[in-house]
Amino acid sequence: MGSPVRLLEVNGLKKFFPIRRGVMQRVVGHVRAVDDVSFFVEKGECLSLVGESGCGKTTTSRCILRAISPTAGEILFRPEDGSVLDVAKLSKGELRPLRRQMQMIFQDPFSSLNPRRTLLDIVAEPLVANSIGSRHEQIDRVAELLKVVGLRPEYMRRYPHAFSGGQRQRIGIARALALNPSLVVADEPVSALDVSVQAQILNLMLRLQEQLGLTYLFVAHDLSVVKHVSDRVAVMYVGRIVEMAPTAPLFATPKHPYTEALMSAVPQPDPRLRSQRIVLEGEVADPANPPSGCYFHPRCRYAHDRCRAETPPLRELEAGHFVSCHRAAELALKGIAP
Amino acid sequence: MSNQHATVAPILSVCDLQTYFFPDEGTVKAVDGATFDLLPRTTLGIVGESGCGKSVTARSILRIVERPGRIVGGAILLQKDGTQLDLTKLDPSGHEMRQIRGGEIGLVFQEPMTSFSPVHTVGNQIVETIRLHHPVSKQEARDRAITALRSVGIPKPERRIDEFAFELSGGLRQRAMIAMALSCGPRILIADEPTTALDVTTQAQILDLLRSLQEREGMTIILITHNLGVVAEMCDTVVVMYLGRVVEEGPVDAIFHNAKHPYTQALLRSIPSIHSTARTELPTIAGSIPHPYNRPAGCPFHPRCPDFMPGVCDKTEPGLTVMGDGQAVSCFLYDRTR
Repeated sequence: MGSPVRLLEVNGLKKFFPIRRGVMQRVVGHVRAVDDVSFFVEKGECLSLVGESGCGKTTTSRCILRAISPTAGEILFRPEDGSVLDVAKLSKGELRPLRRQMQMIFQDPFSSLNPRRTLLDIVAEPLVANSIGSRHEQIDRVAELLKVVGLRPEYMRRYPHAFSGGQRQRIGIARALALNPSLVVADEPVSALDVSVQAQILNLMLRLQEQLGLTYLFVAHDLSVVKHVSDRVAVMYVGRIVEMAPTAPLFATPKHPYTEALMSAVPQPDPRLRSQRIVLEGEVADPANPPSGCYFHPRCRYAHDRCRAETPPLRELEAGHFVSCHRAAELALKGIAP
Repeated sequence: MSNQHATVAPILSVCDLQTYFFPDEGTVKAVDGATFDLLPRTTLGIVGESGCGKSVTARSILRIVERPGRIVGGAILLQKDGTQLDLTKLDPSGHEMRQIRGGEIGLVFQEPMTSFSPVHTVGNQIVETIRLHHPVSKQEARDRAITALRSVGIPKPERRIDEFAFELSGGLRQRAMIAMALSCGPRILIADEPTTALDVTTQAQILDLLRSLQEREGMTIILITHNLGVVAEMCDTVVVMYLGRVVEEGPVDAIFHNAKHPYTQALLRSIPSIHSTARTELPTIAGSIPHPYNRPAGCPFHPRCPDFMPGVCDKTEPGLTVMGDGQAVSCFLYDRTR
């Protein structure tokens, strides 16, 4: 294997959205959507960002793709040629060649495909936009891509409406793969699909990763799905990473109380496991007006005085297991038996 | 639990319900022969993927099926004041049905944002419901509304009552929705995907609330969901639907541990569980749900079924075969009359 290459390294990423009020649209505050997030993704692995709505997981992924520009921080990307680029600092023109290497799979396969264009148009669009190959070569490439994602190449003259949700998601995946990207950002790729179809898409994504050596940044809220696809998981809460670890230790021995509560809240598909769930009181903190100290302390059943005053740093408790909790070392939290 | 099932009379019986839609393009058999009993003080889960007819079944019970849909056959028998009332025989907009809707049977919708009026306060909408069913003064209705809001765990209900739906968070909005459904003291609560739009920790709060309300008020709940985890956590009995047909029904433990129908078995296998081994190939159900216009002949599941018997399953539709202990399955594998 050799020493793993960090394909993507995010350091101190921040994205604040201004809140404007009044006739003059004066800035009265900021929504701290992503607040000092640091992580890395090694080549060939799948890192998942998981958390509830408003935790900043989608904003983080959009910053990495530079769909939006971050407020602060660096996003280091290492392309094939061995150079290191800071995506956060590049201009639009400099980003263009880089975009071939980073592609996205969207959540909703119904709104992410243009209904007026055929599969050929949709899947070939990245090739056309980057003027790759002749028209013939493009058609051959589309046929090949459709086969790779499990669709029949004969379908390429059809329109998206003729396909089911699962098939549409396959089309979206084919489009994302058209340029042979090294990093694929998948934002909730299966949450809009029926359960029987979810499994097909997850299997496909795992198979493609192995075949093509892809690196995934997987954004999701469903812990069962996350556990199934990820090598490592980063749990986010109100714009910050509260815990990050390889999948198995994270699920077996979580170190952050929020991770513990999140896991226990997932209903298990087995009536014999009706468990004593930890039901969190209250609501997710407002990222425009976060609480003092640890953002999770108002809902945390282990909170101390220190948690109310001091913000815990993200520190490495065990090899590769990062957690931002003052009491992480002393708490014995309940995970999920493997 | 299962012993008392035999002796208690059902509070609501749905017998061979057929609700079809007649758009210009053809007939959609949204519900095609649904049969189940609802026992008092229990929770019945109706589970299935999109297009299986679970929501239309709920809407049929409340007689709010929108045109071009209508109930074309079957009966919905409600136990009321010692007699049985067939809801399918009532005028949907008549006095009797309007008394039942909200008064006897409450409904909680999936998306609380779109189900509340954006131009009326939450309180006004609840007051309106109360005064429609009870001859009370505005002030008393308001007091009852505050009590209802408090009973679902909304903090400071005296203040919240004058807020609009958009001022509440997702979890509070769903609580307000439940408060409205409960404000007239219905015996049956139909919850249509009550937690689908919510985060897992909020979902855990709402499920907890439903459970405690059931214990406190002795309510009977019909829970409609696609989430098998929620079903396993909440329900006493389960009805599994596929393309408008009940494929299997029975006690929750039998459905999850002794499923008979190939569809139920495949569905249970295909969900990634938080307990399963990571990064392994999930068993899938072949193909996808057919479009309602091209409903397969015979058993609607036969094109995707691993146990498909040519000449049998594609010719006639199987009826429900009773397997004992309250479990019934609609599959030729178990049909002894064949």
